Amino acid sequence: MLVSNIEIIPGKRIRQHLGMVQGNTVRAKHAGRDIMASVKNIFGGELKGYTELLTEAREEAVGRMVRQAESIGANAVINVRFSTSSVAAGAAELFAYGTAVVLE
Amino acid sequence: MLDIIIFLVLLALGYGFGRWAEKKHFASIIEREELLRGLLTFSGRFPPQGLGPLETVLVDGNVVISVDYFKRISAALRSLLGGRVTAYESLLERARREAILRMKQQAFDSGASHVINVKLETASISKGYGKQVGSVEVFAYGTALIPQST
Repeated sequence: MLVSNIEIIPGKRIRQHLGMVQGNTVRAKHAGRDIMASVKNIFGGELKGYTELLTEAREEAVGRMVRQAESIGANAVINVRFSTSSVAAGAAELFAYGTAVVLE
Repeated sequence: MLDIIIFLVLLALGYGFGRWAEKKHFASIIEREELLRGLLTFSGRFPPQGLGPLETVLVDGNVVISVDYFKRISAALRSLLGGRVTAYESLLERARREAILRMKQQAFDSGASHVINVKLETASISKGYGKQVGSVEVFAYGTALIPQST
């Protein structure tokens, strides 16, 4: 499965368009990380726990998008975009969407 | 009285450690940017002409950076007067450059020569926590072009 955020893959032709696919996940911070983060909020600097959390969450969103694309018979997802929004205090939604296509 | 002491201690800690961390971070950013200078990034959508056969792969990088106590207070004071909030400007600059660097590092590891269609996204985390304006996340993503020798 090829995932890309450009709409034309060099050297490959799109045989069929299958429409938009999407994947999302909502994650909350867990309390231990929260306490560490509030300590870090005094000193400043990178919050490694959150960086990891968001990386994992994004991978999950992409994974779900890819699974959806597979289920409709695509072999690539192009023009992928990411979006983040905070749903409630302490929870964030990560959303990935793109166009499922069949490449030659 | 005790409240004032705690406040001043937090302010001093924030100032000291915050400045130190920022200086160290900027030094490391400049060093790594120098190392990855050969890898070109574009925000355009189309690959440069004449590169030959290519393989594409999605690369990304993200970072969450928190504001220190001193910066938060100085930004709060600044918002009374208006004008440039330099405390936050340097924070966002650090976060953006770090996110781009991580993306470039990932592209470099997979043997890419260019990264095109780079997009940046900024989100503020724990915004809903009342006064606790905490941290900012920057996420950079793009398509790495890996030259194929056939």
